Amino acid sequence: MLHIVNKSATERNSLESCLRMATKGSAVLLIEDAVYAVTSGGEAAAKIQAAMPDLQIYALGPDLEARGMAGRVLDGVKLVDYGGFVDLVTEHNTCQSWL
Amino acid sequence: MSDMMDDMEGGEGVVKKFMFVNRKAPHGTVYALEGLEVVLISAAFDQDVSMVFTDDGVYELIKGMNTKGIEVKDFSKTYRALEGYDIEKLYVEKTSMDARGLTEDDLIVDVTVLDSAEMASLMAEQDVVISF
Repeated sequence: MLHIVNKSATERNSLESCLRMATKGSAVLLIEDAVYAVTSGGEAAAKIQAAMPDLQIYALGPDLEARGMAGRVLDGVKLVDYGGFVDLVTEHNTCQSWL
Repeated sequence: MSDMMDDMEGGEGVVKKFMFVNRKAPHGTVYALEGLEVVLISAAFDQDVSMVFTDDGVYELIKGMNTKGIEVKDFSKTYRALEGYDIEKLYVEKTSMDARGLTEDDLIVDVTVLDSAEMASLMAEQDVVISF
């Protein structure tokens, strides 16, 4: 399953809900304001790092660049472009968007 | 009525303390850009304007944004132009910066960093507070 989160983890609880429900081996793609969660030094970084052994964590590169955060991405997070976004959607049977 | 005309024409109208509170990250919603545009408009009225950045609002001031990939306007450079409109009171809350692993060096403009108590008293002394 692919989980997609687009809200900032320091403003909404979407990421927290997602990580609570995502089962082992699932993929989590962070886009839009959710990408701040995969940057170092932030409060959400610890949650992402704790989830990494069980989940594949992806973030949308263009959203990180737009926010000036591309140089701060946590190790182990896989960056994708829009083409990679489409690939992730097609590779997984179901998608859940945590709006 | 004549008093009002004097205020408007004499250039000696009442100056109020306006605070614009920015609490949203850029790009994900339109709040940050809209807030900035309202501040620029307010500059035309010669008021005592303060701009405050707390919570995700501190992300509005991050250096090195490149919005080509998401095809939206990069308005972050406009914060640098605020000085030219005599809007020089920019405040950032330290707690919000710390929670996001950010320091003043990460920001595109010079700001005054305040702790939460200082921010609270600054907010309390305003005539008008407008939130984005």
